Amino acid sequence: MEIWDLHCHLSGVPGSTPEARLGKLLEYADRMGIARLCVYMGMEWSYDPSPEKMRRDNDEVLRAIRQFPDRAFGFVYLNPKYTQASIDELNRCVRDGPMVGVKLWVAQRCNAPELDPIIARAAELKAVIFQHTWLKITGNLPGESTPMDLVELAARHPQAMIVCGHSGGDWERGLRIIRPRKNVYADLAGGDPTAGVTEMAVRELGAERVIYGSDVGGRSFASQLAKVFGADIPDSAKRLILAGNLKRLLTPILQQKGIKA
Amino acid sequence: MNRRSFLKTSVGLTAAVAIRASAAGARGDLIDVNVNLSRWPLRRVRGDDTSALVAMLRQHGITQAWAGSFDGLLHKDIASANGRLADECRRHGRGILVPFGSINPKLPDWEEDLRRCVDVHQMRGIRLHPNYHGYKLDDSDFRRVLHLAAERGLLVQLALIMEDERMMHPLLRVESVDTAPLVSLVKQIPGLRLVLLNALGTLRAKPLLDLIAAGEAYVEIAMLEGVGGIANLLAQLPLYRVLFGSHAPLFYFESALLKLKESPLTDHQRRAIQIDNARRLLAKNP
Repeated sequence: MEIWDLHCHLSGVPGSTPEARLGKLLEYADRMGIARLCVYMGMEWSYDPSPEKMRRDNDEVLRAIRQFPDRAFGFVYLNPKYTQASIDELNRCVRDGPMVGVKLWVAQRCNAPELDPIIARAAELKAVIFQHTWLKITGNLPGESTPMDLVELAARHPQAMIVCGHSGGDWERGLRIIRPRKNVYADLAGGDPTAGVTEMAVRELGAERVIYGSDVGGRSFASQLAKVFGADIPDSAKRLILAGNLKRLLTPILQQKGIKA
Repeated sequence: MNRRSFLKTSVGLTAAVAIRASAAGARGDLIDVNVNLSRWPLRRVRGDDTSALVAMLRQHGITQAWAGSFDGLLHKDIASANGRLADECRRHGRGILVPFGSINPKLPDWEEDLRRCVDVHQMRGIRLHPNYHGYKLDDSDFRRVLHLAAERGLLVQLALIMEDERMMHPLLRVESVDTAPLVSLVKQIPGLRLVLLNALGTLRAKPLLDLIAAGEAYVEIAMLEGVGGIANLLAQLPLYRVLFGSHAPLFYFESALLKLKESPLTDHQRRAIQIDNARRLLAKNP
């Protein structure tokens, strides 16, 4: 089965340059049969990056993916607290550059109105929007979004393709929360390989709304692929989750950019 | 079995064999030191009945699985839980399952539970869950369990955590076990052989190295994370201290298996983790 990985990072990977780190990730990806990686955020993370830090992080990803254009896609990392700077960065990296998606992390909860112009612009560009979410019984970070925040945002932007990062972390609640919003997709990455997560996602959302990702280098490809390979679901569903759905979401922007995949 | 279910089973078996083969490596036998029987209190999972678990383990080439019981987490009648565990291990899998009874040193007369594990059920080891049983590792009862286990030649499995703290049920929250007191205990208790389960998500760097250096302490890979995780681990720890563990059926078994594939390992390293280290460890039992 073809495998595309929605959720990869350059942190937690050996190498002193972005391209060295992506090269190392691809060595492991090759061992696991993974054809394509979506990469976002720089070599050192910031919860609340300044516009300058955002640009530096995105420049690192641009450096890395330019080295491996047939293997990796870039998502632009944005901080909605700096709305105009984020839109400028979106234009620089996606409209005028090779990136194909947006990454939003924990700077600001995603139901905030500051996100609206960013999401609208991303949708115009046909970029896939990835929003980190988690429901932590131990307490979220101040700017960390929940799946509830995400469905509010998604309701305001029904034309946008929005991925719910980590399926909300506490996936038994997260999947229920995003279930009614058809433009929200579940990212399987980043949690423990707890049995049942993929079966529930497919049961509640349909296989067409579930996407494999790993969250490497913090996680392994292995533990996250196991969520799909080990799930009690049909092979047709596994194909969609491992690559088919992500390809479908990325096809419009890839076509627009003349990228063959 | 009707045709539909036969086909489904066949496809599942084929997929399992394919993954095993593609784990490049998962050549030869496998000993899984971290499985549980019975039911996780908060979720039904595939493999939470013993016959299904054994079938799944066999499909993946497991020749021996060291089994505790989810009942050991919360049941106060732990003697009954251990009795059922021993019985299930006898009745299923023709010897594939090796029972590790739970000991809760905060229960009255827990020493009798330990005695039955050895004398009645002929168990080779015990499993401890300090966070679910409400004690820290500087507790004198814990020290006594370790002493008695060492005297009886039992392997001790200590589970640091069972699931991600961030997503526990609000009524069933426990902290990961603080292992700091273990270093001196491992040094002080002669004959103690300790296997840490689900440890590598929280126990890393110097605390891990200190513990491994203190005595006969071992880790397994169920909660090992990071890209190329096993290779990274072997850069820090002696090979013979690393065991194969899946945390099945609560975790997808394939996770541990695929970790063997993700890291570039020599045949010697792979075989040591898959089987030799665990076999040697169990063979030390008197």
